[in-house]
Amino acid sequence: MKDVIIGLEVHVQLNKLRSKLFCSCSTQYHDSEPDTHTCPVCLGLPGALPVTNGKAVDNAIKVALALNCNIEEWTMFYRKNYYYPDLVKGFQISQYDYPIATNGSISLETEGGERTIRIKRVHMEEDPGRLVHVGTIDKSKYSLIDYNRSGVALLEVVTEPDLRTPKEARLFLNKLKNILEYLDVFDSSLEGSLRVDANISIAGGKRAEIKNISSYKGVEKALLFEIVRQNNLVRRGVKVVQETRHFDEVRGITISLRTKEGEEDYRYFPEPDLVPITIVDRVDDIKKTLPELPDAKRQRFVLQYGISDNHAKVLISELGLANFFETVATEVDANLSATWIADVLKGELNYRDLDISAFSPGHMVQILQMLKKDTITENGAVQVIRTILDEGGTPLDIVERKGLQPKMGAEASGNITLRVIEENPDAFQDFCKGKNEAMHFLMGQVMKETHGTVDRSTVIELLNKSKKEKLQNASDNHREA
Amino acid sequence: MITKKTVDHLGWLARIKLTEEDKEKFTDQLNSILDYFEKLDEVDADVPPTHHVLGLTNVFRDDVAGQSISQEDALGNAPKKERGYFKGPRIV
Repeated sequence: MKDVIIGLEVHVQLNKLRSKLFCSCSTQYHDSEPDTHTCPVCLGLPGALPVTNGKAVDNAIKVALALNCNIEEWTMFYRKNYYYPDLVKGFQISQYDYPIATNGSISLETEGGERTIRIKRVHMEEDPGRLVHVGTIDKSKYSLIDYNRSGVALLEVVTEPDLRTPKEARLFLNKLKNILEYLDVFDSSLEGSLRVDANISIAGGKRAEIKNISSYKGVEKALLFEIVRQNNLVRRGVKVVQETRHFDEVRGITISLRTKEGEEDYRYFPEPDLVPITIVDRVDDIKKTLPELPDAKRQRFVLQYGISDNHAKVLISELGLANFFETVATEVDANLSATWIADVLKGELNYRDLDISAFSPGHMVQILQMLKKDTITENGAVQVIRTILDEGGTPLDIVERKGLQPKMGAEASGNITLRVIEENPDAFQDFCKGKNEAMHFLMGQVMKETHGTVDRSTVIELLNKSKKEKLQNASDNHREA
Repeated sequence: MITKKTVDHLGWLARIKLTEEDKEKFTDQLNSILDYFEKLDEVDADVPPTHHVLGLTNVFRDDVAGQSISQEDALGNAPKKERGYFKGPRIV
């Protein structure tokens, strides 16, 4: 396959903030009616003035630090001018020269080994409104616009063209998401929290920019589609033209969008309503608040708990999962915990499209303790996990209700059977005489004593053996007498 | 040097309809503005650039959510609306 060159522009909402980037409208609009979280600032009404959310700047600095960026001494906002109905003012407040951070990197673990993806720049900007296309983008008759999202703080992370495959692009996004969630600046579960523009070209050809891909899987799909499309053009001797394309998530294809605006057409100029921001004096304090990041946690898990690197890799993939593991591992064997959480529980959660918050660490501890004491089989433990996820309940109840206790060993069940025989001589006598009811009675007693954890056939075998012995003894006694 | 073609393009970017007369006039005016910038060449360039005229830095707001306006008010200026949304032409 010819060389594929991919670069990404990732827009993530800093959606852990309570208010928007330049006004105090709430960011909690996801379950609200359209156009109910707006004000003169984020509607772009004449005379309204923006004031920067200080925490948005701090969060951006956090991200820049975590991505190993150079943090600039100071930064400022620009106006990016263009007309589009989702943009209230006819310009977007964004950054241009003097972005908050430059020259970072993320290391990726790919099939071809460890790769470093360079980050060109990180900058802040405001989110536009949300367009609701009536029908598909190329066929809709009109658009509806909801400005609840208008003005929410976005961070744009721009990579160098270092990615080589659609899969690498997805790995990059997962890693970025992972880091942002560890930093507690980003909730990826919220709709519209991430949008990606992907640039892709094949071996010396012109590049296509695919705009506004809104899911992690979508990025991989759109890029795969583009590779096929561009290769087909090359094969037919048609030149790939530089253009902007839209990814149709439903149909899984990209469509050419004719846009006439190039970068010079954005007429960037400094935003006169906002003053410059000095960052350098904030960095040290923010550095101190940085949490342990995924790569560091993975190493620590291996060292501190002695678990395998593969398990550690799965466990750190979500902060919630990592915390869950640590809670459980302080109560029961860490390796057993890692295996059951990373291999079993995670799989069951994925299958049901649930996250770790659906399971209580206390329940996991109970299950693992039962496993350790052999009061449940591995199979039974899996059943308990599935039942909790599907129906709810506690491990102990489920074990009881579903009779998941392991079958008792032959020795233990033998002892109990012998005791039952001893304690019920009359019934045993009747049994020896071939009375069926007596057999049922004795069986019932054994089952009661063992909570039903022995095989019926084992008990019957034992009863018959005892009967044989008794008859043997009787005839020996008879002979002696 | 600003040409009539540049002005035509700027008109489109600003979504302003320009007559031939306008275009002639604005081409001249914009060129004279640009010429005026040449005055800057006379200044000693060894001064730090000015990024903002106020000389202020770091004006921030706390991250506290406040009151928004009502949907009715938000849509008050909208020429067209539908189900609480602003309504606009089909966009590609």
